[in-house]
Amino acid sequence: MSAAPVKASLKTALNLLVFAVLGTAVLAFTFNLTRDRIIKSMEAEKLKLIMQVVPPALFDNDIIKDTLIIPASKQLGTDRPTTAYRARLQGKPSVVVLEAIAPDGYSGKIEMIVAIRADATLSGVRVVRHKETPGLGDYIEFAKNPWISQFDGASHARYKEGGWKVKKDGGQFDYMAGATITPRAVVKAVHKTLHYYEENRDQLFAATLPTPVDEHKELRQ
Amino acid sequence: MNTQQIKEILHNGVWKQNAGVVQLLGLCPLLAVSNSVVNGVSLGLATAFVMAMSGAAISPIRSYVPNEIRIPVFILIIAVLVTVVQYAMNAYMYGLYVVLGIFIPLIVTNCIVLARVEAFASKNPALPSTLDGLAMGLGLTAVLGVLGGMREIIGKGTLLSGLDLALGDVAKGWVIHVIPDYHGFLLAILPPGAFIGLALLIAGKNWLKLREERKARGDGATVAPVEGGCGVTHGN
Repeated sequence: MSAAPVKASLKTALNLLVFAVLGTAVLAFTFNLTRDRIIKSMEAEKLKLIMQVVPPALFDNDIIKDTLIIPASKQLGTDRPTTAYRARLQGKPSVVVLEAIAPDGYSGKIEMIVAIRADATLSGVRVVRHKETPGLGDYIEFAKNPWISQFDGASHARYKEGGWKVKKDGGQFDYMAGATITPRAVVKAVHKTLHYYEENRDQLFAATLPTPVDEHKELRQ
Repeated sequence: MNTQQIKEILHNGVWKQNAGVVQLLGLCPLLAVSNSVVNGVSLGLATAFVMAMSGAAISPIRSYVPNEIRIPVFILIIAVLVTVVQYAMNAYMYGLYVVLGIFIPLIVTNCIVLARVEAFASKNPALPSTLDGLAMGLGLTAVLGVLGGMREIIGKGTLLSGLDLALGDVAKGWVIHVIPDYHGFLLAILPPGAFIGLALLIAGKNWLKLREERKARGDGATVAPVEGGCGVTHGN
């Protein structure tokens, strides 16, 4: 091989390398600049949802920091460990916020948070992420429709075991014509979450020492 | 750069060579995101910003980039700019970031960005290149906004819904209910609505063009068939 093409290739490669390094530097700089802000917005967003389902009168602790990692559970529909947030009033457990997943939505998983009071009454439910049909199945979002608020105050004391279904299936929960699969999945998942709470109540509030979770570890490093 | 040139670049970008309805480049985000005015305009502005910045960044270095590797280098620069926009949106407009989600990184693959860089910025000085990118991006934004408006009114009966995601809770009351008590027309919100809406816009644009040509030639002249808008510089 003659020297000229090799030299030309090397020069081209070097040129590309310089641009790659420059690009990486710009990215690293921006990443550093926005990192804290991004973590803050993510936490604020989560807190906003949690605040919607936990009445402010019911806690005086730092909910975001008073967390517990719970292992993946069939009852919650989770396939990885999730975080439970605990609200306490004067040190006494008042509300726990669990992450739950309904695996059988119309177009896949429906992720939600379920807040349950210490007396096993639902404090509120919010859908965090879903892929249901816009305009049809998305009334499970609180921002679009108050449908989800019918879980507020629901409990096994109020509805018997068989009542945790949509009205079409003989249960107690409203639904909208045209989209029954979505609410059916949500009701079922919320009910299972309530069962999970009733069976694990003591463990859920157990550790009084906050166990901070660094969810954004990969961002911070 | 004189006024004549500025005018020409702006006219070309926003109207004559409009990316959305004439060049038909970048249809992926156009069709996916244009289900409301706010979504459409937000992604359009993000694209316009990336296009202007990539014009500004690539034009000055055009003589340092060997011809054989110009495309990888251009893509690299565009990708860096898009990621910067993504970080910024994630940090300062979280709600909107959640809505536009996967479409932001897709700006990199939007071929209108690379097409303008290749066709314009790699041959012209920095200032016209920036302006060209901005004009093309604004043209796309206009199409996204109009299409988003059409789909939103027909689909949901509102305008500007979701503005609070972009501007904060202040804007919550700014939603205009064009048709009160409207039950929605799902087709307009779903992808078919995007295709039908875009087709109407293209037809409208072509009609205007034909009318102009007919006027120029004098009334009664027969009209030549419309030339296809695709494949002007690069295919998609």
